[in-house]
Amino acid sequence: MSLQLLTYIFVGITFLVYIGIAIWSRASSTQEFYIAGAHVPPLANGLATAADWMSAASFISMAGIVSYMGRDGSVYLMGWTGGYVLLALMIAPYLRDFGKFTVPDFIGDRYYSQLARMVAVVCAIFVSFTYVAGQMRGVGVVFSRFLEVDINLGVLIGMTIVFFYAVLGGMKGITYTQVAQYCVLIFAYMVPAVFISILMTGNVIPQIGFGSELNESMGGGYLLDRLDGLHEELGFAAYTAGVRSSLDVLFITAALIMGTAGLPHVIIRFFTVPSVRAARKSAGYALFFIAILYTTAPAIAAFARTNLINTVNNAVYTEMPGWFRTWENINLITFDDKNGDGRIQYVADPVINELNVDRDIIVLANPEIAQLPDWVIALIAAGGLAAALSTAAGLLLVISTSISHDLLKRNLMPNISEKQELKFARIAIFFAVCIAGYFGINPPGFVAQVVAFAFGLAASSFFPAIVLGIFSVRMNKEGAVSGMIAGIVFTATYIIYFKFINPATDTAENWWFGISPEGIGTVGMLLNFIISVVVCRFTPAPPQNVVDMVLDIRVPGKPS
Amino acid sequence: MREDDNKYWQENIRILKILLGIWFVVSFLMSVIFVDQLDVIRIGGFKFGFWMAQQGSIYVYVILIFVYLKMMDNLDHKYHHEEKDILAEEKSDQAS
Repeated sequence: MSLQLLTYIFVGITFLVYIGIAIWSRASSTQEFYIAGAHVPPLANGLATAADWMSAASFISMAGIVSYMGRDGSVYLMGWTGGYVLLALMIAPYLRDFGKFTVPDFIGDRYYSQLARMVAVVCAIFVSFTYVAGQMRGVGVVFSRFLEVDINLGVLIGMTIVFFYAVLGGMKGITYTQVAQYCVLIFAYMVPAVFISILMTGNVIPQIGFGSELNESMGGGYLLDRLDGLHEELGFAAYTAGVRSSLDVLFITAALIMGTAGLPHVIIRFFTVPSVRAARKSAGYALFFIAILYTTAPAIAAFARTNLINTVNNAVYTEMPGWFRTWENINLITFDDKNGDGRIQYVADPVINELNVDRDIIVLANPEIAQLPDWVIALIAAGGLAAALSTAAGLLLVISTSISHDLLKRNLMPNISEKQELKFARIAIFFAVCIAGYFGINPPGFVAQVVAFAFGLAASSFFPAIVLGIFSVRMNKEGAVSGMIAGIVFTATYIIYFKFINPATDTAENWWFGISPEGIGTVGMLLNFIISVVVCRFTPAPPQNVVDMVLDIRVPGKPS
Repeated sequence: MREDDNKYWQENIRILKILLGIWFVVSFLMSVIFVDQLDVIRIGGFKFGFWMAQQGSIYVYVILIFVYLKMMDNLDHKYHHEEKDILAEEKSDQAS
């Protein structure tokens, strides 16, 4: 059976499963549409949260990024998992006890202010759209590479599938499709990782394999030592040593962690479980399922890097294997024989270096580079699609609820009936899918840059406002609103300056205290905290009903 | 009642301080600030600092959440805050 046919079969089967779930789990009330009726068991919510969280970027790009960054890649590994500890301990249980539908619901009610609600709505929509654009592009890339469909058609197919189960089932449909998608994506990620680990080190578990010795056929010795040696030979910094300053690594990690804990599409998942205890438990399950992929990624990164260098460096160009050509054809690999010797020089020095390899290839081409069987390669396509679609659906739901619930029902049109609200939610998700699809077909050139934006904004706006709202009874609307605005404005200005207005100056010498735009969200967050607390001192205390609400959400099982 | 709630909250805060303290040490001290010093220690093919930054920290995070779950279960039990298990109730409703 050809690779093409296998891929069609795998992707086709998974899509049929998603559609089947959509038909089975139609939503009939706003409660079902927004939070799946708060009936999702913790294990299912853990699986759904993991799929929701792990996007096309986690699945396709992360191992590649780590592969190129070496030890510094840990900012993403820790940054995108460490936030779950904060979520579980400081946010999820209390917001579950609060028991409404959205993050702007909490911000608006806790700070008894429509202005606060609107700031939260704008942030939620902006952060979600930023993210969703990347997912749709991921769908397009997978389709075009593995199914040889036109990118645009690929995006359209992806949109149709998401549209189908998101519009029909709302959160209920999304939750159970995400459970299925987690199973698909983790299987697709682990199979090649295990294969490669056995191939290179003889160890079945990749997490242990990349700290083991290489097989005799590969020359023996510890893999990481070998990799450090290869790096040194070619003029790169040692793989297991850092290049960035500790301070910058610290700030980037912290910004990603706090951003994770403040992202609305993640927080909203904890509204779907039946109790406070279930919220705590599902956060544990979620991180466990995420950790399986996140601890495998650095192993893949090290295997792939070693394999890549061994395969390409000083190899004769005309003798390169088939995968090299395939990726060259779509410009993800470029070779320029500068010295005309017909061999590939892959070194750190840009003047001599002749090869550029796109980071996304590390995961996508890994099975081919390691010469694994065709069905493993086909699996990667289904997994990549599952990762992208599950995240896209979660984000689209946040956008839709922000509009139908937070903007219309809770602000502009408080008198609409539940039925009308549900209709608006479905219309909103339809438009959100269309806009996301548009970004997928015409990807804005700044997708990579805006990721820093999404996390910076979540860290500097939502995270402090939510945490203060729970842990400080005295915090009032004046403090929270001025803190959020200061945090956002500061963070946005810094990022926009270095990423859009003056990208040429985006180097360590020009950054404040050596903190990159990726890490500036941490400073914005601190600024938000300080301003909130100071302004709060000089302005009136919150009304009694708000104080009572805060005291209620601190204790499980009390009516709020 | 408020008196009890207050004590419950104080104990909750104490649990958070301990667990988030560990979280901070693992994330920022062991994996970032002192990573080079820890790299002197080797476990198999791993330098310890590198392993903490790319593997160990993530394992600790998972353990922390489950420890928190257990500690809060004990605390809820002590203050009789166990919630009714809605899912289990529904199941028994359907069964009967």
